[in-house]
Amino acid sequence: MIQTQQLCLSYGSTEVLKNINLTFKPAGVTSIIGPNGAGKSSLLSLVCRLQQPTSGSVTLNRELLGQIKSSDLARKLAVLRQENHIVARLTVEDLVCFGRFPYHQGRPSVTDKAKIDSAIDFLDLQPLRLRYINELSGGQRQRAFIAMVLAQDTQYLFLDEPLNNLDMKHSVNIMQRLQQAAQVMHKSIIMVMHDINFAACYSDEIIAMKQGQIIYQDCPQMIMQSQVLEKIYDMPLKVVEIEGRPLCLYYR
Amino acid sequence: MYKFNLWALTLVLVLAFSSLLIGSSSLSMDADSLDLLLISRIPRTAALILSGTSLAVAGVIMQQLARNKFVEPTTTGTVEWATLGMLLMLIFFPQASVFYKLLVACLMSVVGTAIFLLMLRKISLRSDFLVPLIGIMYAGVMAAIITFIAYRTELLQSIWIWVQGDFSMILRGRYELLWLAVGLSVLAYFIADKLTLAGLGKQVSINLGLNYNLTFTLGLLLVALITGVSVVNCGVIPFLGLVVPNMVSLLVGDNLRRSLPLVALFGAALVLFCDIIARLINYPYEIPIATVMGVIGSGIFLYLLLGNRRYAH
Repeated sequence: MIQTQQLCLSYGSTEVLKNINLTFKPAGVTSIIGPNGAGKSSLLSLVCRLQQPTSGSVTLNRELLGQIKSSDLARKLAVLRQENHIVARLTVEDLVCFGRFPYHQGRPSVTDKAKIDSAIDFLDLQPLRLRYINELSGGQRQRAFIAMVLAQDTQYLFLDEPLNNLDMKHSVNIMQRLQQAAQVMHKSIIMVMHDINFAACYSDEIIAMKQGQIIYQDCPQMIMQSQVLEKIYDMPLKVVEIEGRPLCLYYR
Repeated sequence: MYKFNLWALTLVLVLAFSSLLIGSSSLSMDADSLDLLLISRIPRTAALILSGTSLAVAGVIMQQLARNKFVEPTTTGTVEWATLGMLLMLIFFPQASVFYKLLVACLMSVVGTAIFLLMLRKISLRSDFLVPLIGIMYAGVMAAIITFIAYRTELLQSIWIWVQGDFSMILRGRYELLWLAVGLSVLAYFIADKLTLAGLGKQVSINLGLNYNLTFTLGLLLVALITGVSVVNCGVIPFLGLVVPNMVSLLVGDNLRRSLPLVALFGAALVLFCDIIARLINYPYEIPIATVMGVIGSGIFLYLLLGNRRYAH
């Protein structure tokens, strides 16, 4: 269980996050939604120790993140940020192999190799295996990075807009597989999402943020109501039901 | 990849052998020739291999740390700081042994490299071309300071001769410290995975449990010490750390565990080749290797930039 206690982040006098008290369950799919600048990505960085909070703390199973050895933590919690500007020419296989670095420290074992293979298969990267990541399309590269963090095989997986650059087919595919990983392998997958319909369709829980605060944390059925969504996004939104699923219409 | 290594090793051996045979007096089977070989030719060839190997390795590490393919110790102020160290020793302790000069030059290049890399970490807008530009400006400012001090102390000529990449003065007993640089390169191979990982950026490194700051500091020390050692022993060789890693990157990519041996071999081959040209072009006189390397290196670099559009980003 990951918990945050009174988590705050500010840059000068700008408060980006205000007293966040949250609990992430050890299994299931959670989506974090909210308008631009709500603090979603900042929250992700703080929870994944990529950045230090101004005040407050984050605990994993009641232990402070800062007190867990970095290499141990890397086997329990993985994070993929949005901007992965990489100049190095590494093959897809190299990159995914680095996902196992917390386990092998440079010398992959048979188990590591099996995990690397299955992550590559899981994201349909077999044909691209020996291609350099700087020569791939944005979507292919995104899949390679997701394969890397999946190979890391952690209880908690944080993804910042994982569907960035992906076409419909791969978006659906990845969401289904992430959902499957959460259900079959009992992992906890936490994603920052922009497409509210994707979030609603595949999540067990939705956390809505606005102006640095959590304003809702509930199941998708409760969030997917026009008055709730209008309050989150400050715009008129209509929710309809198609084939038993709530769908938000946001374009006129 | 082993195919490439073998091929490069053969090339180095052929060039090294040729390098031994070239010189203003010809070799024959007598005692004088043996002396010549032992005192001058072999040390020179060895110095070329040692400095070529380690400078290429320093270049590739620098590129990982700066996360930019267009930097190397001669374009990021490292060399200038080492030179400044030398100059200060010439002014204040002209009688000091080479070892102390080396120590001060290395210390200064550590400081200078650290300033450059910390400066980069403070800059949030990092386009591929901004990083080398900052490096060149920084190196320019340092070069101006050196020139000013050297001019005022009338050491301009001595410092220029000292740092101009040149192997003609290498004799037995005057290059052995270069082994230190090779030792440091071997050390780099042991942390190759960590350096590659650091090249993926701070966030990816932290996510994978790497002690980023420690790896960064180790890499910085390796670059600075290798540069310091070779500046003191054989002067500045431009472009080497730039073109060799980029050529190798095209062939086998940037996973240092795989590419570092090839970087080292290519570095040795290129330096040997340029030195042979430097000795032959105006035979029996020599021109400094730095001049030859400047011409050949910039040619290769332009080719890499223009000839491989897909590669450039």
